[in-house]
Amino acid sequence: MIKTDAIIIGAGPTGLFAVHQLGIIGLKSEVIDNLDRAGGQCIELYPDKPIYDIPGIPECTGEELTKGLLKQIQPFKNNFHLNQRVEEIKQENNVWILKTNKGNLFSAPNIIIAGGVGSFEPRKLSLKEAEKFEGSQIFYSVTNKALFKDKKVTIFGGGDSALDWALELSKLNEITLIHRRNEFRGAAHTLSEIKKKEKEGKIKIKTPYNLKSIEGDKTMTGIEIENEDGKLEKIKNDYILSFFGLIMKLGPIADWDLNISKKTIPVDTESFQTNKKGIFAIGDICTYPGKLKLILSGFHEAALAARACFKRARPDETYRFEFTTASKSIHDRLGLKK
Amino acid sequence: MPKITYISHDGKKNTVEVPVGLTVMEGALQNDIQGIDADCGGSMACATCHVYVQETWFNKLEKAQDGEQDMLDMAYEPKKNSRLSCQIIVSDQLDGLEITTPIKQT
Repeated sequence: MIKTDAIIIGAGPTGLFAVHQLGIIGLKSEVIDNLDRAGGQCIELYPDKPIYDIPGIPECTGEELTKGLLKQIQPFKNNFHLNQRVEEIKQENNVWILKTNKGNLFSAPNIIIAGGVGSFEPRKLSLKEAEKFEGSQIFYSVTNKALFKDKKVTIFGGGDSALDWALELSKLNEITLIHRRNEFRGAAHTLSEIKKKEKEGKIKIKTPYNLKSIEGDKTMTGIEIENEDGKLEKIKNDYILSFFGLIMKLGPIADWDLNISKKTIPVDTESFQTNKKGIFAIGDICTYPGKLKLILSGFHEAALAARACFKRARPDETYRFEFTTASKSIHDRLGLKK
Repeated sequence: MPKITYISHDGKKNTVEVPVGLTVMEGALQNDIQGIDADCGGSMACATCHVYVQETWFNKLEKAQDGEQDMLDMAYEPKKNSRLSCQIIVSDQLDGLEITTPIKQT
């Protein structure tokens, strides 16, 4: 069991800044995120897109903002618990106990939910039959390339993941790449490599086609694809790889009785506490009159929630407001040399 | 004020007035219309406000940017007449626009 002052769910910009705000007032935190790295939507949805409304930073990308925040919280040496999702919470004597899907246990007087729109999951194929073969013949990520050696592999998607895997796996066998329109979205170099492999006969490209049906009972033997004019084509295949990006799902948070409506959690604007004492919600996931889904709003919310956490984490101490420019104790916490 | 009709996948029509300048996505959220999730809040980053636009209207809309097409690749069952409703800005010219929401967004 890991004991701390506050557990932060979500490692997006708001969650990261919460580490900072807790850290400068002397509170420890642990961050849990379902992705394999910090950054949340900034890193998954728009790592290369410039953001123009971070105060004091005229322009930065999602990736740059994430890097900056990670550097800013370095002095607080918090732990990240990635690739896992909080499954259960329960309360024991004013302390919250959390359990992740990897079985890790945490306890703290405060939980800060900075979960954005939910945790990211791969977008799955829409056909119902696809579920039957998921994990055996249909995959949404590649963990073991060797599986595909000398097998018939069909790849769906038109973005970087689909293109990169088509190139990589075309070294092992022939690949069929299927996409709903004729244009692919990828780096110029990747696109020209794909063209080259197509000429060599290593990659077959089928556009504009969508998946129509999957054939086979216990084992998938092939698929049928359809183009916009209703033209059908059958393809024999052993494996499907599908790359349609990520979706966001609220997951177990929805079952924590936090009065969630429209995927958001109501909070009070003094402390950003939810209807449950010691559970706070900040960033895109919280709602209150006038709420703006901006990163800068999330930062403000993190600052206030952190102060509210102090009262529960240090009930016998008095919180004293201090500025980072002048406070010796804050400078100590930041590890600044005297 | 322009009237926009949102048709659910099973044919239920819902006509509401949406102020000029808002997007078709915002019009849906403000009027509690089901079928449009808009998870990313309109930053063209998620494809969960995907709609089908009736053909007569489709050609009257400004063409989708590359970024929108890229996101539509990720949408649930995109078709020729697919658009992201966060990228359709309501104007007087769009008075009477009809769009259909997909069976689901994810």
